[in-house]
Amino acid sequence: MKFAGLLVMPAGFFLSIAALVLFPASNAAARGAFVFCGLAVEALGLVVAVRGHMEAQGKSHQ
Amino acid sequence: MTPKVPPVMTEATFVLVLALLLLAPLAIAGVALINTGLGRSRSTAQALLGNLAIVAVAAIAFALVGATFAGPMGSAGHVFHLSGKAWNWLGTGPLFLSGLGSVSAQAQLGLLFEFLAVALACLIPWGSGADRLRLTAGCALAAVLAAIVFPLLAHWVWAGGWLSQLGVNFSLGSGFLDPAGAGTIHVLGGLSALAVVWVAGPRRGKFPQGGFATAMPGHNAVYILFGCLLALAGWLAFNVAGAVLWAQAPLSVLPVTVIDTLLSASGALAATFAVTRFRFGKPDASLCANGWLAGLVASSACAATVSPVQALVIGIVAGIITPLLVEVLELAVSIDDPSGAITVHAAGGLWGLIAAGIFAPQAGQLIAQLVGIAALLGLILPLAYLLFWIVNRFVPFRVDPDGERIGMDLHELGGGAYPEFVIHRDDSYR
Repeated sequence: MKFAGLLVMPAGFFLSIAALVLFPASNAAARGAFVFCGLAVEALGLVVAVRGHMEAQGKSHQ
Repeated sequence: MTPKVPPVMTEATFVLVLALLLLAPLAIAGVALINTGLGRSRSTAQALLGNLAIVAVAAIAFALVGATFAGPMGSAGHVFHLSGKAWNWLGTGPLFLSGLGSVSAQAQLGLLFEFLAVALACLIPWGSGADRLRLTAGCALAAVLAAIVFPLLAHWVWAGGWLSQLGVNFSLGSGFLDPAGAGTIHVLGGLSALAVVWVAGPRRGKFPQGGFATAMPGHNAVYILFGCLLALAGWLAFNVAGAVLWAQAPLSVLPVTVIDTLLSASGALAATFAVTRFRFGKPDASLCANGWLAGLVASSACAATVSPVQALVIGIVAGIITPLLVEVLELAVSIDDPSGAITVHAAGGLWGLIAAGIFAPQAGQLIAQLVGIAALLGLILPLAYLLFWIVNRFVPFRVDPDGERIGMDLHELGGGAYPEFVIHRDDSYR
């Protein structure tokens, strides 16, 4: 699960980069929203990785 | 693509930056003392020796390999083209620092800055692995960080890489702003600390089954608090030198940079003092130290670009976040981070980078900062975790249970830092 979360994080990065390539500087709102979405995907990946860590920790106690 | 060539530096500026960089190791000394004081007394000598060894290994690895990938300031680098824009993603410096004498004096200062920065970045995860990380593991992770991960970031941010070119290529303010290494040093160090904690696991007895996390307080408040004072001197040097070298700040901006750094740390300390006083009835010395450091870390991104009032606000926010996040990470997320590096360096650095965007006058600066943060979280954390996971297969990070029980000093060095002290049995091993 930790690896799955860490694999999601680069996807968020590429989404942020896509925002720069897809939207012109004049469309700053769309560009900003896309970059935010990329960061949200990264945050999601981080949460999954942290949950994976907590699960692994729980198993090691059993 | 034509590389961005920095303006020529006057002799007086050169001497000033060189003098500042000679003071910057005080930040390394401060962080080393804080790391050591926040660990246990039976691991003190190993922790301090580890700090020294890590600085040495980081310097050697960066000289042999890392400096090549980081590339000197204004060099061309490896470039690919996408959507009609040039993406400079890797430096092309000479191997083994050959021909160093023939590059410009300013590029040499930039390289010196990077040497000190990589040493500081590599120390940060060592504090998070305190009381369980073997010396060889500390050296191995320093070698990996200094040879592979840090040079990538240093090139992207400081040596004309794609993050620094966001302003030119995509009209995003002045490109990613990080003159004193909030992202390149501290977020990198803090995220590496998270990766180390994930790979090594918590200290034995830290999270007992079915119970609350065991409190394992730092053993020496004097080390911790004196480390904070030393760190201040080093940070002032880093922030001012970084502003001149990487942001081409004029001399008139430098006194404000110093004042901003001090105000950010002061605001953070005051906020952490108030929060811990409110939460626990009395201020907590080690959390206050963490708050102070978080204020310094946040100032690394923006001390040269914000006003004193803004610096104070940035510090106060950092000081409020720090004690709350330390508590959340330990109690809710089961992350055993003895030095609080994940909170102080990763969270403090991320906040500083965001604040630099929020308070910048140029349009698009906040988006540039967010893209930089996306690179740090989306590429650098997974890369660091993957590399540490591989290194752990060959050089096990964690000491065996017996070593943890008797303490790292006796186990790894054969003698303690305080030979006249009585080492008490640890109740968590009963």
